[in-house]
Amino acid sequence: MTTPIKLSRRTLLRGAGATGLTLGAGPITGFPHVIAAEPVTLRYLGTAVNQSADIARKVKEDLGITLEYIPVVTDEVTKRVVTQPNSFDLLDTEFFSLKKLIPSGNIQGMDARRIQQADNITPIFTKGEIDGRKIGDQGTAPKKVFYLEGQSSRAFAPSPTEWITLIPTTYNADTLGIRPDLIKRPVTSWRDLLNAEFKGKASILNIPSIGIMDAAMVIEASGDYTYPDKGNMTKAEIDRTIKVLIEAKRAGQFRAFWQDFNESVNLMASGETVIQSMWSPAVTKVRSQGVACTYQPLKEGYRAWASGFGLPKPLAGRKLDAAYDFINWFLSGWAGAYLNRQGYYSAVPGTAKAHMEPDEWAYWMEGKPAGKDIKGPDGSVLEKAGAVRDGGSFEARMGSVACWNAVMDENTYMVRKWNEFIAA
Amino acid sequence: MTDAALPALADDPAAPAAASLAAKTRRRRALAYVQAAPMALVFAAFFLVPLLLTLVVSFWEYNEYEIIPSFTAQNYLDVFDGCLNVADPCTTVRTYLSTLKFCALTWAITLPVGFTVAYFVAFHVRSATVQMALFLVCTIPFWTSNVIRMISWIPLLGRNGLVNGSLIGLGLIDRPIEGLLYSDFSVVLAFVHLDTVFMIVPIFNSMARIDRSLIEAAHDAGASGWQILWHVVVPLTKPGIAIGSIFVITLVMGDFVTVGVMGGQQIASVGKVIQVQMSALQLPAAAANAVVLLGAVMLMIVAMTRLIDLRKEL
Repeated sequence: MTTPIKLSRRTLLRGAGATGLTLGAGPITGFPHVIAAEPVTLRYLGTAVNQSADIARKVKEDLGITLEYIPVVTDEVTKRVVTQPNSFDLLDTEFFSLKKLIPSGNIQGMDARRIQQADNITPIFTKGEIDGRKIGDQGTAPKKVFYLEGQSSRAFAPSPTEWITLIPTTYNADTLGIRPDLIKRPVTSWRDLLNAEFKGKASILNIPSIGIMDAAMVIEASGDYTYPDKGNMTKAEIDRTIKVLIEAKRAGQFRAFWQDFNESVNLMASGETVIQSMWSPAVTKVRSQGVACTYQPLKEGYRAWASGFGLPKPLAGRKLDAAYDFINWFLSGWAGAYLNRQGYYSAVPGTAKAHMEPDEWAYWMEGKPAGKDIKGPDGSVLEKAGAVRDGGSFEARMGSVACWNAVMDENTYMVRKWNEFIAA
Repeated sequence: MTDAALPALADDPAAPAAASLAAKTRRRRALAYVQAAPMALVFAAFFLVPLLLTLVVSFWEYNEYEIIPSFTAQNYLDVFDGCLNVADPCTTVRTYLSTLKFCALTWAITLPVGFTVAYFVAFHVRSATVQMALFLVCTIPFWTSNVIRMISWIPLLGRNGLVNGSLIGLGLIDRPIEGLLYSDFSVVLAFVHLDTVFMIVPIFNSMARIDRSLIEAAHDAGASGWQILWHVVVPLTKPGIAIGSIFVITLVMGDFVTVGVMGGQQIASVGKVIQVQMSALQLPAAAANAVVLLGAVMLMIVAMTRLIDLRKEL
């Protein structure tokens, strides 16, 4: 009775062993010239936001490079870079993470001379200005962390060098989302987030570093206090901000906190909340469900964020070349146009313009009424002809940036206080 | 016939019949160790070593991007910062009190519900097939992930959800009840929904082993239904109740997803504190919190095993 079972189990084991062997041996079989002819695969680590199948298909078509997406959340990206720099070939992360990533020494500076469009990257990143006008630079503004002193330097350069930390992929200016049909009056200031009128119908996002900045925008708007730098508070300022949040929470101001995209969409679409911190594509999604939702521009300005491509330290040889090829391709227009059509902004607006129809460009970038129906990348109608984008033109939106997503020097203390707020 | 036993038996020399009893015992004991070794190794590699590492890391220093192997007690000081203040308790005390409250409420509801269901299936259903079928019915909620089971409550309990909609439609209330969702109520409701089965299974298991002639004997001796339940069934079901309670309490203590989703992220849980710290790469601080949590749960289990000697009862 036992013999046949044993035999079959052993056979199975042997089979499994053989499979393991084949798998393990896979990458090292074949002769060198065969490997050289193989197409390159880039393991692309980032949040799912920019990892679209359309981009992967187009890159494969144009360059023959295969993109293998590794979609994780922002915090996980940071963790992977710090602990396993060998596990990916290309990094797509937010600029504020750089304060954690660069000191770890696992990111190599990008050679600006190998980036064809390096000189055309919007001055928002290189100088912190738009149309020659300075924009808000509180928090981890990209211009503060855009250049390195040397290729393997662990320090940011205060003025332009030829070593770039991240090449921008997408960026945007965030504000509050509101339900105009339920609020029935104009909202013009951040202070309305903590207005008792919306008691039990407001929400803030439960990501400490971003949530506390939204709270700081509210406090500044109410005139209680003006922060020297909302993105880099002192311990006393953190205490003050959290105190206001705790008071609001105990008074029942918040319906819930949200942590991911879909939670924010559900809260808003179901009417559980009528005013909350939100991300632009989430507003689009609520609207696509037929629910009125506005990404409301506010007089105090926006909280901006930006993400970009970086190269891990161990990357070299053909993969490094392929990574540069891919980044150059990304900046050359097709991808930029693709992202602009989703409501993000691209690093080199000039090349993206060449890949968009004049009507599309006028709607997304110039803030003009849509000449005809505006379609998303998948061809579905996003806005009817005549609609105007919330917040207007690129210059108007990015020009009103008040602060940038940030990692504070007192981050550890801030996270502790945030946990106190959640427990209050 | 186990594989582990084979080589040991083959090694067995043609021992003289006069081999001392002591030698035989020794050999048997060695054999027992060999047999226990695989499990012990797995246990050590996947449980003890990570646990020790957590303990070690909880005493290390850290900054934004690395953990520094030098001894500090700061992480623990941070955990208990301000905890001596009784008037305005610190984050840790508040969090534990809130978690303990959920433990108590969930336990107090799942125990009678679980006991009743198990009692019905074990004693009132005669046919073994129907028993099995009903038992499987209890596990149906487990066919989907627990996150989906939780999220399915939201459209039901929301401000514009089914329950509020029906109550308003019936004219029983004129304004939606806000406290249905994102409140202590919804958290406890989800916990009861998710965890009752962990109470049912061990209690049912204990009940199934009760010798029916004991109940008959009690009946013959003139005991009423309640007396039989209280003096025969409950004492004999104690191990099941204890195991079920341990399941439920440890599940609630370590949970942060249910509290997060059903509490609208507004209610603190120890797991959530740890998760926030992990995502901020503050691993040593998270490790310190994890060690404190482990200590708290272990204390509770020790207390429970004091009440019921599981080894003896099994």
